[in-house]
Amino acid sequence: MAKNMNGSGPGLGPFDWADAFRIEDQLDQDERMLRDAAHGFAQDRLQPRVMKAYSEESADPGVFREMGEAGLLGVTIPEEYGGLGASYVTYGLIAREIERVDSGYRSMMSVQSSLVMYPIYAYGSEEQRKKYLPKLVSGEYIGCFGLTEPDAGSDPAGMKTTARKTAEGYVLNGSKMWISNSPFADVFVVWAKSEAHGGKIRGFVLEKGMPGLSAPKISGKLSLRASTTGEIVMKDVAVGEDALLPGVEGLKGPFGCLNRARYGIAWGVLGAAEFCFHAARQYGLDRKQFNKPLAQTQLFQKKLADMQTDISIGLQAALRVGRLLDESCAAPETISLIKRNNCGKALEIARHARDMHGGNGISEEFHVIRHMLNLETVNTYEGTHDVHALILGRAITGLQAFY
Amino acid sequence: MKVLVPVKRVIDYNVKVRVKADGSGVDLANVKMSMNPFDEIAVEEAIRLKEAGKADEVVAVSIGVKQAQETLRTALAMGADRAILVIAADDVHQDIEPLAVAKILAKVVEEEQPGIVLAGKQAIDNDMNATGQMLSALLGWSQGTFASELDIEGDAAKITREVDGGLQTISVKMPTIVTVDLRLNEPRYASLPNIMKAKKKPLDEKTAADYGVDVTPRLEVVKTEEPPARAAGIIVGSVDELVEKLKEAGAV
Repeated sequence: MAKNMNGSGPGLGPFDWADAFRIEDQLDQDERMLRDAAHGFAQDRLQPRVMKAYSEESADPGVFREMGEAGLLGVTIPEEYGGLGASYVTYGLIAREIERVDSGYRSMMSVQSSLVMYPIYAYGSEEQRKKYLPKLVSGEYIGCFGLTEPDAGSDPAGMKTTARKTAEGYVLNGSKMWISNSPFADVFVVWAKSEAHGGKIRGFVLEKGMPGLSAPKISGKLSLRASTTGEIVMKDVAVGEDALLPGVEGLKGPFGCLNRARYGIAWGVLGAAEFCFHAARQYGLDRKQFNKPLAQTQLFQKKLADMQTDISIGLQAALRVGRLLDESCAAPETISLIKRNNCGKALEIARHARDMHGGNGISEEFHVIRHMLNLETVNTYEGTHDVHALILGRAITGLQAFY
Repeated sequence: MKVLVPVKRVIDYNVKVRVKADGSGVDLANVKMSMNPFDEIAVEEAIRLKEAGKADEVVAVSIGVKQAQETLRTALAMGADRAILVIAADDVHQDIEPLAVAKILAKVVEEEQPGIVLAGKQAIDNDMNATGQMLSALLGWSQGTFASELDIEGDAAKITREVDGGLQTISVKMPTIVTVDLRLNEPRYASLPNIMKAKKKPLDEKTAADYGVDVTPRLEVVKTEEPPARAAGIIVGSVDELVEKLKEAGAV
């Protein structure tokens, strides 16, 4: 029974403009404490350096060590491998706090956690887990994930990278494109078509310094400039049998990783969106034109109401999917739904916030244009907005429309 | 040496405080609560004493509602070894007054026999600034309040105190009670792994009745009100006008 029955139905509660659905009440004590610790780290350690990193397009690899020390890497990895052993909801909450500062920092963390540690943990041998996971958790090793190729983006099955069987192991050839962290990575999780496995896609763990392996930086990005992106070029890279991830075959390998990363992105982008929403609200309260605050105009309030609505619904959805993941029953399509919705909405919110800041909105000092530019990438990577629509469309109709 | 650190669960310093409609106090329902910032400084100092080899155990204690165990978890995550929760109220709006807190703490001190009690100089909710001093009186121990530096050598503690117009350095006999000020240190953030590990550290639960202390309020809150809104200023046209206005206001 609802509390405070007064004869005319349940009583009503107060409204918190920044937490319309009282997400706070739906988190447990651990989740709140871990979230607050991540918030403190992000605001104290990342926020002060983001403007410089962004304007100079210079990611600091030292960020991984700092994140590792704070315990932000490998949140869902069990403690026996050095991880936090926390829930997926916690992972999402942390992604939101990091991306409140910058999508680039959150990308660095997501790649390390979901795209490098997760496949090694889920598909790797015990030796591979012991060899890599503790050092990836501490940030001593930096990891990257090679799936996308110059001619294989939304269609990863069209990849050209191959693994040829040799007496000692495999020889890899091919190139990967748009790989976060690759220029300073120590560990490369690379997906290739393996002739010895009937041309099926298999995962391999490569290490920096292997002959024939290089990772040139991609410069000139006008988005996500605080994180480093590069290529992975493999020219007859010889690896032993122990480099193969034994536990998975086919596209479900990389997709298993991407599902987890996409889930984190669905939370993360809302951190960026919340930053933009709060900034626009404050700007509207402070800035007076025609003798009244901008926030006292109908156009401004309508935009704020839209932002609040999309953020609130997006957070509630992300939390629900997090609980499903923690209960081992989240569908990949559900993750597509929130990745698509939350990225698209966050990008729209950032664009409006930029606009609501007027001329100041283009200055780095106000941060909203940086978030806006970042979110263009986040809306595109790990499955574009449209590709996720096709995943949902296939689930709705039973008819694939990719090709 | 054992260090006892009392910590209080208070409204978070970032929260915009709202007075309850009936004026009986501040609305604490669904409001973010945190450890009193001065107490965080005390916890930090205790951990530093341990890290410097001058203390071997840090015990955090909180007196209040059951939810104060979150505050103790924060202290454990920062590095305290164990915690004691003394439940003294069911309603989050009931503040336990300094004398009752000091009486309970005196009993805890009897049980735990710490070499030093490190406390925040005051809690940011009611700004009483009394518990440490009262505890000192109840135990008959020395006290050093408003500490901005602390140095323990043998059975004496050298304490630099922030007083009006400067600093005062005193030396007190151990065991002692030190209340800490803002500039003593900068508290660390609990790392995420330490938050997880803190779950496994011991947290004993007691009640005020276990210590035979009556926590019934001795003070009556007559009224609580928000500070008046700042009135708009005026722009004066000249120095003469300024002087005129100041004279009118009786300021010169």
